[in-house]
Amino acid sequence: MRRTKALKKMLGLPYYLWSLFFILIPLGMVFYYGLTDRSGSLTFENIAAIVQAEHAKALFYALFLALIATAICLLLAYPLALILNTMRISTHSFTILIFILPMWMNFLLRTIAWQTLLEKTGVINGILSFLHLPPIHVINTPHAIILGMVYNFLPFMVLPIYNSISKIDRSIVNAAEDLGANGPQILLRIYLPLSVPGIISGITMVFIPALTTFVISKLLGGSKILLIGNVIEEEFTLTSNWNLGSGLSIVLMLFIIFNMILSAIFDKEGESNYL
Amino acid sequence: MKKRICAITAAASCMLLALFSGCAGKKEAAGEVVVYNWGEYIDPDTIDLFEKETGIKVVYDEFETNETMYPKVEAGATVYDVICPSDYMINKMIKNGLLQEIDREKIPNSKNIGQQYYDNATEFDPGNRYAIPYCWGTVGILYNKTMVDDPVDSWDILWNEKYADSILMQDSVRDAFMVALKRNGHSMNTLDLDELTEAKNDLLAQKPLVQAYVVDQVRDKMIGNEASIGVIYSGEAIYTQRENPDLEYVIPKEGTNVWIDCWVIPKNAKNVENAEKFIDFMCRGDIALKNFEYITYSTPNEAARELLDDEEIKNSEIAFPDLSKYQDLETYVYLGDDGDELYNELWKEIKSR
Amino acid sequence: MIKTTLKKIYLILILIFLYAPILTLIVLSFNKSKTRAKWGGFTLDWYARLFRNEALMGALWNTLLIALAASVISTLIGTVAAIAIMHLSRKGRTVVLGITNIPMLNAEIVTGISLMLLFISFGFRFGLGTILLAHITFCIPYVILSVMPRLRSLNPYTYEAALDLGASPLYGYVKIVIPELMPGIASGFLMAFTMSIDDFIITHFTKGAGVDTLSTKIYTEVKKGIKPEVYALSTIIFVTVLVLLLLINKAPEKGEKK
Repeated sequence: MRRTKALKKMLGLPYYLWSLFFILIPLGMVFYYGLTDRSGSLTFENIAAIVQAEHAKALFYALFLALIATAICLLLAYPLALILNTMRISTHSFTILIFILPMWMNFLLRTIAWQTLLEKTGVINGILSFLHLPPIHVINTPHAIILGMVYNFLPFMVLPIYNSISKIDRSIVNAAEDLGANGPQILLRIYLPLSVPGIISGITMVFIPALTTFVISKLLGGSKILLIGNVIEEEFTLTSNWNLGSGLSIVLMLFIIFNMILSAIFDKEGESNYL
Repeated sequence: MKKRICAITAAASCMLLALFSGCAGKKEAAGEVVVYNWGEYIDPDTIDLFEKETGIKVVYDEFETNETMYPKVEAGATVYDVICPSDYMINKMIKNGLLQEIDREKIPNSKNIGQQYYDNATEFDPGNRYAIPYCWGTVGILYNKTMVDDPVDSWDILWNEKYADSILMQDSVRDAFMVALKRNGHSMNTLDLDELTEAKNDLLAQKPLVQAYVVDQVRDKMIGNEASIGVIYSGEAIYTQRENPDLEYVIPKEGTNVWIDCWVIPKNAKNVENAEKFIDFMCRGDIALKNFEYITYSTPNEAARELLDDEEIKNSEIAFPDLSKYQDLETYVYLGDDGDELYNELWKEIKSR
Repeated sequence: MIKTTLKKIYLILILIFLYAPILTLIVLSFNKSKTRAKWGGFTLDWYARLFRNEALMGALWNTLLIALAASVISTLIGTVAAIAIMHLSRKGRTVVLGITNIPMLNAEIVTGISLMLLFISFGFRFGLGTILLAHITFCIPYVILSVMPRLRSLNPYTYEAALDLGASPLYGYVKIVIPELMPGIASGFLMAFTMSIDDFIITHFTKGAGVDTLSTKIYTEVKKGIKPEVYALSTIIFVTVLVLLLLINKAPEKGEKK
């Protein structure tokens, strides 16, 4: 038994090597640039730069929008995952692909298509005026950015939640029903706690890319709102100040640590039944 | 059950592969030349013609912005033989020793390029030692005649409150500051803090009126009547007018930016001789004409302009403006790391407000 | 009854939300005008041009090749890694999962440039190979994050029962655990495939001269305006996948136990 356990640990070896070579070494480079100035001497300025008014504002704005987008994704995805779960099993793979298929169209093309839909003279306003309804003004506002985030990252929330819900043993639900639990009780006492790992995965996969996005705020927000992702991107692509860009990226890693703590807390439940 | 998803994905990919396979043919040749150019910035036919005439194989690569091109060239991930950067970037590459001098004797067709363009190029390439102009243009105002009833001849129109939420500004530091600096009669390459602060405050005051800061979207948004006034590159003006005849392009009286994209040879180029042949080929009148017709950006090639049949375009004020008519035309120069940083700091203040 | 109708309405609304932009792209592929802002009449011209566009076809080939290879390899490495990570102590697991999140969190351009510098310093030849390595790197986290929740809620007793009944650990894994994990593995694979198809920035910095994927092609086209051929290509991809989906779904199920 001990031998198989050691063997199981060995299973991770290819990945550990891979992450050492392709994640940690590049990460080291980010730290090198982040902790030095142009001449190569040690400095903490690039990290301290986050408290500068513009950077702090960009960070808070990004956090704010990413949080809202994640919450909306969760609210939309959870019922969706529940519904998908009740559908006939043979259509599962079909349904899953239906949700991922839009993402096979190029990201840039999809976002540009949203522009065509949302613009003042766009498709949606065209339909609204045809119906004699007042036009919407969404493009180039924070609402459009949130919409873009939700649209692009929703599948990342649906899939993990659906995965963990579909894993829940039907007999538990049946037993609860037999014992007289009503719908909301089953949802709160059975589905919700048992799908926590999926929810955590989903939140990670939506929140993190939403936090660092820059294309969405550029194309749908009219570039009028500066997000931390835009700042970092521009330090690399416009100013060629890799040091400051790296420094700000290091600050963002705080959120990885935050996320690690979060998943560690919820990991307690998983503790009891791992193999 | 879930194997099915994999099966579907795999099957779909295979079908698409089968559908489109056999399209990418590779041919071997004695020599090659590795070219790095803007996306969609050449007529693909001219590359085929070059390969056929010289037997040199062209490895063609594209970049999206000067700034994404630079680190790739500097780091030497791929060794290029010919690159086509813009003015200020050429300046930066010269200053950082990334380019080699071009022997114009070996590129006889380079005499097809008008002298005034070489003169302009000295701003970023003193003595014309490194760069052969390929495309050029101005930055100006594109407006919709049906939506704007004031005369448009000055950058001031971009601060007119009547057009609030209908103005498109360029989403790039240098172009945005160029507009504000020129409006106040300053040089767009200034490093004077007072002038820059004034420009920053003007741009801040303008922000509530701006519908969006955009780069390439100006084109589509102006054609679709989404906005009434936009800052745009002259090369786009001809195309947008063709699609929407209500649009008019103007070079403001306070002067503007004249930009020039040039062919350069990086210092580490492996096939210098082929690179010279390639540049020479691109400078040939008929080839430059083909490229002009394909990309619609103004060509500095006098021979190509002579060959133009369409008198309207030949004498078009947009494609070939008489530069001597305008005052205060300038070309961007590289401001150094500190200069770039200063501009960027101010720009961030504007964007984050 | 009302409940089922409500469910259906909800599902349909979400689908409209997801497919509205796709529909827009499909419509644009038949637009005679080159700009997205104007409807210039119906045409099939872009489809004809598409098949003559060698560069675009080559890019499509590269994209599918890389996406398929990257998603298969990262699914293998990621699934095995997820199983191994579950056997680590809690502390170890937290650390490894934290590292796993890094490629997702880092701005793409940071990952792209740092991988480029890495490849240069180890003397890699830039080309399809370097793109593949980079893509596997940013795909693995999505696989791990998809498989993990499934692993966490796995019922260990079935596997133990199998061992008690004399199954070898390997046999037990292949017969009991892997099938249980399959939905997670499948969605991980799909996400990896999707991320790979979509990536632009990392590909830009890790590709060699003359090697293009659809994304790098599309992004470099932005300056002069996206050519409707690209919309046509997207439409073909979309319709191909959709038709396949419908066909496979319609086909009678054979030997499907789950």
